[in-house]
Amino acid sequence: MAVRRLAPADVQPKDFAFSAENLTWAKKQIEKYPPGREASAVIPLLWKAQEQHDGWLPEPAIRYVADMLDMVHIRVLEVATFYTMFNLEPVGKFLVQLCGTTPCMLRGAEDLKAVCERRIGHQHHVTKDGKFSWVEVECLGACVNAPMVQINADFYEDLTPASFDKLLDDLVAGKNPNPGPQVDRQFSAPQGGLTTLTDPAIYATAPRSGGPALDDSNAKKPGAAANVREAGVPRPPVGDSSGPRQN
Amino acid sequence: MPKLIVDGKEIEVPAEFTLLQACEAAGAEIPRFCFHERLSIAGNCRMCLVELVGSPKPVASCAWAVRDCRPGPKGEPPVVNTRTPMVRKAREGVMEFLLINHPLDCPICDQGGECDLQDQAMAYGVDKSRYVENKRAVEDKYIGPLVKTIMTRCIHCTRCVRFTSEVAGVSDLGAIGRGEDMEITTYLEHAMSSELQGNVIDLCPVGALTAKPYAFQARPWELIKTESIDVMDAAGSNIRVDTRGREVQRILPRTNEAVNEEWISDKTRFIWDGLRTQRLDRPYVRVNGRLQPASWNEAFAAIAARVKQAGAKRTGAIIGDLASVEESFAIKDLMTRIGSANVDCRQDGAALDPILGRASYLFNATIAGIEEADGLIIIGSNPRKEAPVINARIRKRWLRGGFPIWMVGEAADLTYQYQHLGAGAETLAKLGGEAPGKMERPLVLVGQGALARPDGAVVLSLAAKAAVTAGAIKDDWNGFSVLHTAASRVGALDVGAVPGEGGLNVAGMLEPKALEVLFLLGADEVDVPDGAFVIYLGTHGDRGAHRADVILPGAAYTEKNSTYVNTEGRPQLANRAAFPPGDAREDWAILRALSDVLGAKLPYDSLVGLRRAVYERHPHLALTDSIEPASAAAVEQLAARGGRTEKAPFQSPVRDFYLTNPIARASAVMAECSALAARKFATAAE
Repeated sequence: MAVRRLAPADVQPKDFAFSAENLTWAKKQIEKYPPGREASAVIPLLWKAQEQHDGWLPEPAIRYVADMLDMVHIRVLEVATFYTMFNLEPVGKFLVQLCGTTPCMLRGAEDLKAVCERRIGHQHHVTKDGKFSWVEVECLGACVNAPMVQINADFYEDLTPASFDKLLDDLVAGKNPNPGPQVDRQFSAPQGGLTTLTDPAIYATAPRSGGPALDDSNAKKPGAAANVREAGVPRPPVGDSSGPRQN
Repeated sequence: MPKLIVDGKEIEVPAEFTLLQACEAAGAEIPRFCFHERLSIAGNCRMCLVELVGSPKPVASCAWAVRDCRPGPKGEPPVVNTRTPMVRKAREGVMEFLLINHPLDCPICDQGGECDLQDQAMAYGVDKSRYVENKRAVEDKYIGPLVKTIMTRCIHCTRCVRFTSEVAGVSDLGAIGRGEDMEITTYLEHAMSSELQGNVIDLCPVGALTAKPYAFQARPWELIKTESIDVMDAAGSNIRVDTRGREVQRILPRTNEAVNEEWISDKTRFIWDGLRTQRLDRPYVRVNGRLQPASWNEAFAAIAARVKQAGAKRTGAIIGDLASVEESFAIKDLMTRIGSANVDCRQDGAALDPILGRASYLFNATIAGIEEADGLIIIGSNPRKEAPVINARIRKRWLRGGFPIWMVGEAADLTYQYQHLGAGAETLAKLGGEAPGKMERPLVLVGQGALARPDGAVVLSLAAKAAVTAGAIKDDWNGFSVLHTAASRVGALDVGAVPGEGGLNVAGMLEPKALEVLFLLGADEVDVPDGAFVIYLGTHGDRGAHRADVILPGAAYTEKNSTYVNTEGRPQLANRAAFPPGDAREDWAILRALSDVLGAKLPYDSLVGLRRAVYERHPHLALTDSIEPASAAAVEQLAARGGRTEKAPFQSPVRDFYLTNPIARASAVMAECSALAARKFATAAE
């Protein structure tokens, strides 16, 4: 992580104000908190301000939000600089957040970085047409689909340099690429279909001993002991004669 | 109270104590950077780690309460160790991490020699570094003309941030970024706006925040430290004056729980460059309209001739705001001896008079008593500008809750919330009929803004009535409190430096043609009419000296042994830290020498003799550092006086906090602060 600073004065807008719609939304957020605790709404409001202002948070917006919540300006600046989700400098229309943490790195994030550097330039740089900027981020929690990037609100996973390139092309062309894995795979299920538990026999319905322990019509009674199991007792695989395990 | 075993020693401490406090109570020394007694607990430096037996890891003792400790299996008291190898290793680890990004530029650091990090590295540091990577470097920030920043040295203890938001009440500083990249700054590097900002320099445990005017001036071990008393306001803050050779190099606070805790205002701290400039270092006599250097004898001869010609009735003296008890007493004595009753110490014309009883002009509740009050009515005062340290005390009490504050006078940002009742005497009169709220121990704070006006005496009476109505006068509580702005005032009133029978007060003396000869004892805030022969006895070439016909160079407060009585009525001794420049002498000695020439010799040849005379006449002044309580009956009598008031609203006399006296007006640092504050005010008004 690098030192985060506000954008230089010449790119800052003169002032900032919420649109009528966002203002209503903001007031609703503030109302969620008890009187005197309005400052709790600072993150949602900053987030909304960023959303309204082309994906980055200008300095006047920090003051605007501070004044709205009756906070000292420096306190809001502290929040805005603490969280990396607030972009303090202008970003492209498509902000590529590329995960560079270990699992993604092992699965080829470095190659994706090369694509970014070739197509967009160095980090935080916005392309001339204003379409793209990119930044390397820490783990976005999609390690099982590594390597991956987040573009604006969506995850694009299981990327290769080629598919990532195409993805960027599609975005430029205004197509709406499907978020999620960019390979033949559903979510984090195995690529090319299931590899285990494929025997249909295991899904054959075996006669149940007595149905689930609890169902909607037979709710848990108050006072039931904590060790009374709610879930059905696990059944052994078909053909196993050892009988249900008792605990 | 729970028991605790610290280093094998069993102690009993209150449950709300932290382990750090408990260890200190047991005599163990705990190193710390972020913890400070007067600030909230942050627990982020980890230097105060101790071993809590049973805990798998060392615990931060500053953030661990005694009540959070579990007893042993058989109910034995919890055991804390502060000297085991485990503790030592933990602290060494913390120190190593702190030093990773610390520049180790001690040889060029102003904090060198009085640095917590340096001292503790001596105990817990290692002599070489295992760190071969690049160190972090941080850009320095501009945070005002008083505090210099070298941010690479910052160890992120956040004491400064907590001080500004908690004690000073102006959330100027903040910590932006996070982790290693955390940086302390003000919003967009604006200058800090607190009058107490200099205290962050003392709080900073490293050399990240240092005094800008003192930068590269001296090393702490070269300085001679003299304990003294501040005269910039009437709070009487306890200070330490550090000198090298003849010059004052810096001023630091001394801890006095009853007065200033451990804070001082910026004016107190950074005034010292004013002690060097514009000084009067030899006598002057006006010849043909121009001031010419003269010898003491020539100056005295000129005065004697004029006094003789004018006669006692046409001679008077005005005592300024920085005069000590000794010289106030001496000049009063001198005037009495030559037969003049024209003496006044109330330069601003405040309607305070010792005849009304001592309780009528003291801060009877005492400064520490603010914390015992349960309500406050401010009348015609802006404590933030008039006595920032007392204002911090009010804020401290207000933060604790259950402390409603009402204000009659000029609305201003005081760093706490209050209910503004009205602007002037009419509102005050209403308070005499009905208290604004129900209070057990109300504090009625009366400022000079309410008293220094033609109807001041009536306002004083109305304020006393409001105090009586609110229930401020009880057997064990006297909440009627006058906040003075001049350090000399209470002492001078105590020695009776007010017009005697048939004498003129300040307004009377300043009438055109009222007097022929006028002594100004450091009085610069008055406009002397043409025609009077003015003798200015003071330290700086300020307004008074410009008007003077004879100038007698005196000693500033750091250059004489003297007594000052603060607004509570607490006499405190200021000690000489340096000598006055050139031919300048201590004021009382000048008056003594002059008295001989005037043929009214003062009967004391030494400071001891003078003090003996003062103490004989006013025994309570001998009780230094303690307050002789004044009889509250005076306030009740005062309340009964009443009278007619004027419509004008109350206005604080301190219009510019940084330029209230001749020393401050001679200071370049104060001038810069003043200009900055004016600019800020101008932008805020837009």
